[in-house]
Amino acid sequence: MSSSTPATRPGSPDGAQASSRGGFSRWVQRATSGSSWTVYALLVVVFVAILVMNPSFGEPMSIMAFLKKAAPLVVLAIGQYFVIVSGEFDLSVGSLVGAQVVIAAKFIDGDESMTWPVIGLMVLFGLGVGLVNGLIVTLLKVPSFITTLGMMLVLYGAIRLWTGGAPTGSLTEGFRQWGRGGLPDSPGQFQVPYAVLITVVLGVVAVVLMRRPFGRTLVATGDNDVAAAFSGASVWWVRTRAFLFSGFMATVAGILIGGYAGVTAQVGEGLEFMAITAVVLGGVVLGGGRGSVVAAMAGALTLEALFTLFNQLSLPSTIRPAVQGVIIIAAVAYAAMPRRSKAAPTSTPSPPTTPAGVHEPTVPKEPQPAAP
Amino acid sequence: MSTAVSTASRSTGSTTSGPRRRRLGSTGIVYLALVGILVVSAGLVAAQGGNFFSQGNLFYLLSQTSLLGFVAIGQTFVILCKSLDLSVGYVVAWSSLVAATTMAGDPSRIWLGVLAALAVAAGVGLVNGLVISKLRVNSFIATLGVGLIIKGYLDTQYKGPSGEVPQAFQGFGYTRIGPVPISVVVLAVVMVLAVVLLTRTRPGYHMFAVGGNIDVARLSGIRTDRSIILAHVVCSLCAGVAGLLIAARFGTGNALVYTYGYDLNSIAAVVLGGTLLMGGRGSILGTVAGVLILASLDTVFNVLDVSPFFKDVLRGAIIIAAVAMYARRQIDPASSRARFRALGQSVRPGSRSGPADPAAPARENPSAPTTGTEATR
Repeated sequence: MSSSTPATRPGSPDGAQASSRGGFSRWVQRATSGSSWTVYALLVVVFVAILVMNPSFGEPMSIMAFLKKAAPLVVLAIGQYFVIVSGEFDLSVGSLVGAQVVIAAKFIDGDESMTWPVIGLMVLFGLGVGLVNGLIVTLLKVPSFITTLGMMLVLYGAIRLWTGGAPTGSLTEGFRQWGRGGLPDSPGQFQVPYAVLITVVLGVVAVVLMRRPFGRTLVATGDNDVAAAFSGASVWWVRTRAFLFSGFMATVAGILIGGYAGVTAQVGEGLEFMAITAVVLGGVVLGGGRGSVVAAMAGALTLEALFTLFNQLSLPSTIRPAVQGVIIIAAVAYAAMPRRSKAAPTSTPSPPTTPAGVHEPTVPKEPQPAAP
Repeated sequence: MSTAVSTASRSTGSTTSGPRRRRLGSTGIVYLALVGILVVSAGLVAAQGGNFFSQGNLFYLLSQTSLLGFVAIGQTFVILCKSLDLSVGYVVAWSSLVAATTMAGDPSRIWLGVLAALAVAAGVGLVNGLVISKLRVNSFIATLGVGLIIKGYLDTQYKGPSGEVPQAFQGFGYTRIGPVPISVVVLAVVMVLAVVLLTRTRPGYHMFAVGGNIDVARLSGIRTDRSIILAHVVCSLCAGVAGLLIAARFGTGNALVYTYGYDLNSIAAVVLGGTLLMGGRGSILGTVAGVLILASLDTVFNVLDVSPFFKDVLRGAIIIAAVAMYARRQIDPASSRARFRALGQSVRPGSRSGPADPAAPARENPSAPTTGTEATR
């Protein structure tokens, strides 16, 4: 970046000209610049592909059905985002989802009056698991990979030990409506699923949280925990709260999945890797300190859209993991690709100076009108 | 990276540890833990009127060790480089299938089968290493993705067990000398080779350097990409040997081997063995002790006839507890022998976090106002 560029052309009209002329190219560059914009582009591509295969997917009811199916993964991705951006992992969410569903079935056992008390119990259990994870990671200094891996083993083992291998009990309609019901409560009509509403609310809460001091501290901790500690952040409590959120989100996801799909022994298996994949697909850096929560949610949507696309293509179910593997590697590799505009701060809110300096090598049109 | 810094910043506070504690390295603690677990296990079994060190139990313990041992030794290389390999389980399954189908029951094709299996494994490792180092994909995602690709291929290509291992090669799985299975002898050979590679050769030193701080390693003239690729190839080769062993034991190749959880178990064993998940510190001997710990837990649960579900609970709790026990000591720099001790002790917290820190934000977050590094570019 040459320092003379802003000095010779500091005027704002030039900046306006640049934005009017290079608006599209800048958008393209932003979409391809390897930050979280990549995931939005990928999401659009996958959606367009689905629509081409099956135009009826664009109808509101199909979209809502898709969102309802995707909601649990999006919720899990929000929780996983908090943990990953603070520089840790949570491998226990899949087993926690499974545990929550089994707990719900066992305690509710078809009794409608038990629905809310049991939901309260599940929230407490989820927060408890998150708290234990967080405290072991922060106070006992066990790497989070190992902590949550151990928690995963403990939860899977405990649930199967408790139920004797196969989950028992049944869920009530009052419990299941959150996963499969919708707001205008008339089946067959267009309705906004509760799952989507819950996800939107949680997403908004997460976005607001990330803009508050807690979120800033969380990102700072993930970027460099020593620096964050020297700046006065209580690193252990910030990280523990991230694990608490993850536990809570896994609980919500458990409620949604239990409502949507019912109770099986395999509920939740492999969800932790899907959630982490979704978050990373959203451009969030493993190791912490970078990425936005909205992009993480978009990553989860993209992953679910991919699965829908596989359905449309009627790929044999065995080949799907391979395609999924290729796509996540390609997406992350594409996002990690070094570019000439590496020095361009894509998040800078003031366009007049930086894009002019950045676009100079790539878009030679801009300096020319300024010269005469 | 951040551990290295926090290590340095805490070194001033940890002067309380006496010289006697300092002599015991982290590998020593792992072996102490192993001895402790063995003693407790023997006591528990003896309380039930059994003998933990009976020939049958020892054979079970050792054969459990050898399977996970190969995978974990390979995983150690990768974790030392601050990488991770989640594809090992699929490599084990694939190489067992390749070996069994290539041999096809013909004793003259044994070596061909072995070579083919190892070549496939090495190829996977090469792909892993290239994707991680050249495409700069995070190792977690890269190896998870490669693992998924292999899973898709295996599920599509092979339905159920296939191939047949000739009787001569099945000896690799079953022959034993006293209570010692032949596979443990092979494991010992691999272990010695791995120790020599890591502690006596240049590529081994480079791996420690790359894992400790990849930027410093690169600036010191190390071709960091090669170290990472080599580590992944070695890791997958070891997984390939484990696949051969599985093929020899089962007498056939089986794709469902990947459900055995070798990926996460091997990582747990490596970390149990005192290797830092953040890279740069650890040892093969520690990993072997970690594998022995897991295998003896498995054996004692088996002997005591613990419910398989309760086994998982205990295993998870013990892994966390054991790592927590020496996690503090690993962070304490006096506990584990630093490779460059003279330097490590002379460096003070301020001077170390000074040059090391701006490197990472400058590379990862270009908008940060790091004028110093910007100017040098």
